[in-house]
Amino acid sequence: MMQIDCQYCGPRAQAEFLYERTLDSIVTIDMATDEAVRRLYERANPCGLDEELWRHAAGCRQWLVLTRHRTTHVIEAVAAFDPALHR
Amino acid sequence: MTGPHRIGGNESASLRFRFDGVDYRAREGDTLAAALLANGIGVIARSFKYHRPRGIMGAGVEEPNALVTVGENGRVEPNTRATDVFVYDGLVAASQNRWPSLSFDLGAVNGLIARFLAAGFYYKTFFGPPSRWMLYEKFIRRAAGLGRATTMPDPDRYEHRAAFCDVLVVGGGASGIAAAHEAAKGGQRVILVEQDRQLSAPAPEGVRTLTRTTASGLWDHGFVTCAERLVEPGQPPAPGQPAQRLWQVRARQIVLATGAIERPLTFAGNDRPGVMLSTAVRVYVERFGVLPGQRVVIATNNDDAYKTAEAFAKAGGEVVAILDSREALTRVASNAKLRFPVFTNAFPLATNGVRHHLRSVKADVWTEPVAFQADLLAISGGFTPTLHLHSQIGGKIDWRADLQAFVPGETFQPVTTIGRAAGDIPAIDPDTRDLPDPKGSFVDFQNDVTAADIDLAWREGYRSVEHLKRYTTLGMATDQGKTSNMAALARLAHAAGVDIPEAGLTRFRPPYTPHTLGTLAGPDGGGHAAPRRRIALYDRHEAAGSLWQPLGLWERPRAYLRPGETLHSAAMREARAVRTAAGMVDVSTLAKFAVTGPDASAFLELACATGVAKLAVGRGRYTFMLREDGMVMDDGTVWRLAETAYLLTSSTGGADRMETHLSYIRNVLAQHLHVSIIGQQEHYAGIALAGPKAVAILTALIGETPPVHMGLMHATLARIPVLILAASYSGERAFEVYTPGFDAAPVWDALDAAVRAEGGCPYGLEALEFLRIEKGHIVIGAEADGRTTPHDLRLEKMVRKAGGFVGVAGLSRAALSASGRAELVGLTSPDPIPEGAMLIARDGAPVEGHVTSAARSVLGENYIAVALLKDGRARAGESILASSPTRGQHARVTIGDPLFYDPEGARYRD
Repeated sequence: MMQIDCQYCGPRAQAEFLYERTLDSIVTIDMATDEAVRRLYERANPCGLDEELWRHAAGCRQWLVLTRHRTTHVIEAVAAFDPALHR
Repeated sequence: MTGPHRIGGNESASLRFRFDGVDYRAREGDTLAAALLANGIGVIARSFKYHRPRGIMGAGVEEPNALVTVGENGRVEPNTRATDVFVYDGLVAASQNRWPSLSFDLGAVNGLIARFLAAGFYYKTFFGPPSRWMLYEKFIRRAAGLGRATTMPDPDRYEHRAAFCDVLVVGGGASGIAAAHEAAKGGQRVILVEQDRQLSAPAPEGVRTLTRTTASGLWDHGFVTCAERLVEPGQPPAPGQPAQRLWQVRARQIVLATGAIERPLTFAGNDRPGVMLSTAVRVYVERFGVLPGQRVVIATNNDDAYKTAEAFAKAGGEVVAILDSREALTRVASNAKLRFPVFTNAFPLATNGVRHHLRSVKADVWTEPVAFQADLLAISGGFTPTLHLHSQIGGKIDWRADLQAFVPGETFQPVTTIGRAAGDIPAIDPDTRDLPDPKGSFVDFQNDVTAADIDLAWREGYRSVEHLKRYTTLGMATDQGKTSNMAALARLAHAAGVDIPEAGLTRFRPPYTPHTLGTLAGPDGGGHAAPRRRIALYDRHEAAGSLWQPLGLWERPRAYLRPGETLHSAAMREARAVRTAAGMVDVSTLAKFAVTGPDASAFLELACATGVAKLAVGRGRYTFMLREDGMVMDDGTVWRLAETAYLLTSSTGGADRMETHLSYIRNVLAQHLHVSIIGQQEHYAGIALAGPKAVAILTALIGETPPVHMGLMHATLARIPVLILAASYSGERAFEVYTPGFDAAPVWDALDAAVRAEGGCPYGLEALEFLRIEKGHIVIGAEADGRTTPHDLRLEKMVRKAGGFVGVAGLSRAALSASGRAELVGLTSPDPIPEGAMLIARDGAPVEGHVTSAARSVLGENYIAVALLKDGRARAGESILASSPTRGQHARVTIGDPLFYDPEGARYRD
């Protein structure tokens, strides 16, 4: 079980968190169909670092962005979700 | 005298135990294996496939042969290694995989037909005709086997516990204790775990020590699962104490001092009882005071086995010969030659025995055959570092040619391996001669895999070590190849003509040693696997005779059974009461969200695919939400309580998902909105009152005129303030009455009395189903199954044309408006329509759809259903077959609209 260092609560077990999606699959409301479909079905899925949206669902309920390695599971950074930076 | 015995006699043994129905005595601290040897018992088990007699080969968890069932009745553990059970007074153990007895086993006939049971036999049976496989399967299942699990309930308690530390040290040997001492001295919080009952030295001060605890799984970010045995298998725990405990440790640093496991040598008859690992012999002599034989031959390819000769001789045994496969005498061997007959360039070739016991060893000494009389053969094929934990979490492994072993390599985890596990083990000289009898030379003792089986797998094209494992079953079952992996790999590399590292190694997976299922379940057994969410009016329903239906983590009344009623007859009575008088149903579990703020309308128009902003204050309407791919996700009602305050309801089962969904929209997609969303699912209890007499009942109870259909009002009922929403799911005029859960009982009681006085009754989910099917209302999970668009469900007219809601882009994909989609229809029939049935033109024709919900007409005589049918909306009037082969039920049905009752909605109007 991974350990995620929540911005607000400190290091907590993965069981408290809910994985949402990678940042490159966020579909905004006004997005064109082609772009929305591309984001939903053609994600980059890199064999390395990726940026993921998580929620501390059984904790502070805040939305977090994890920079996580998809094979080693090393979490390089945890940041609060910021639409200006992450969307 | 031959065979194993206790040095100085077994008289001081005070613990009583029973093996295969015979009583014996053991000393405090004995493992079952040690105690059996002390009592002269050498044959412990029959092998997996050929039912060959097997003895004890090791002294630790790596033991492949001596598997026993320990305990009685519900407190029983099969396939436990006799080397990993400490005897307690009253222990009961039994051998496995033998019939009728260990010494005379009819299954041993398998050994005679071994050539039919070679590697891959099981898979090859798949290629023949199915009838032959059916025949083989019965035979294989009976013949091949381990112990049997009990079907009785386990009387014991199991526990999970969390712990945190700076340093976790795995292994209580010399290296582990030194590392723990060092870390504790530096002021760090240290936990030391050891699978054995004792440490090799006293525990260092300030170190939390857990013995009889196996670190069996290493996971991400320093997470380690350790299984602690508070009592031995089959032993009753102390009052109030669990039998076993699963520790979930989060450590900043992990030190693996897990040691190394000795390898056997491969030669004919190497599985005979009396053939034992050299270090195991030493452990029995030095730790347990047991001499596993009188006359020992030691076969080795390294210096370590010479220590066994010393220990054996010191304990009074006779060292008949030391067969050293190396040509030159090492310094250790030269010293030993002064006291023992040492032969270089010497290999064991075969063993002979009488009545399952070793009698003599045939050897090859400088290519000359020589026989030695001996009742014990101690073998050492070198050592395999225990790098399981390191490997489990993705650590790389390096090959050391001098050791002929893999050692831990690079890792990206906070893990360090030290001592023997890191390669501090004797160098060996590998044996590269041809095996004279590969068919009788066992590589994997537990799975009866011989050297010939590995050769066969190679010949049949199994090149990868992963395939070899699956084809031959090598390295499977309880020992997971702890003693066999390296010999098998060497054999495979030999066949392939490559070096061992090129042949590869299968990745280790948790657990390191077997866990009981109870340990994994912990306290979650007996209905405690998930929390039970109890509705506020639970006691009222229970008193009314509720039959409970689980719904997610909730339980809701399914029907209120009266004497002599079945579920169906009770539900039909309840549904008819709603249609003819009045009924009331608990709707407390519906998801409820208070959406408030200046941007509440804007927010709801993002979440809901229907119009919301134009809703007048004091009014509500049906709504639904889409997933981003355009499919219907959930539905409910939205109510405008004030200009900037709404109440949104949605389905019970989707409540938690909806909470996440709304939070996602709020925080990720629309952070700029000024809106607050508060989940109120558990705060409010809800009671729906429905039926032609509902208006009269409610008017009397609140003393004013209730709201019109889809209107709302605040009122007082039984002196409790309530919110009344005039929504109907049943098709009758209806009201949902909401009040905080702690205030719900008086409201229920008042409604209950009034409803019963009017000839009505409370109703459950089953009646609710009948009623809503008649109205063609969809259920999330049944009709809205994640593959249906609003159009498929006939909801497209409600979709907001202007867009601007979640799922609008996905919904506009061309394929979703193409023909051929499954669409919602109604079905009628004079016969019962099987729920879940497929819809076909005739038997054998392609499936065109399926019945999602079915019921009997509440007041009429026919049967009705809603279904998803290919291009169904254009097929009204057609006849089709609803067929359920699994239930053996069929009905000829007529397709129509999914609305069977009051199509004009006249009953909603007063």
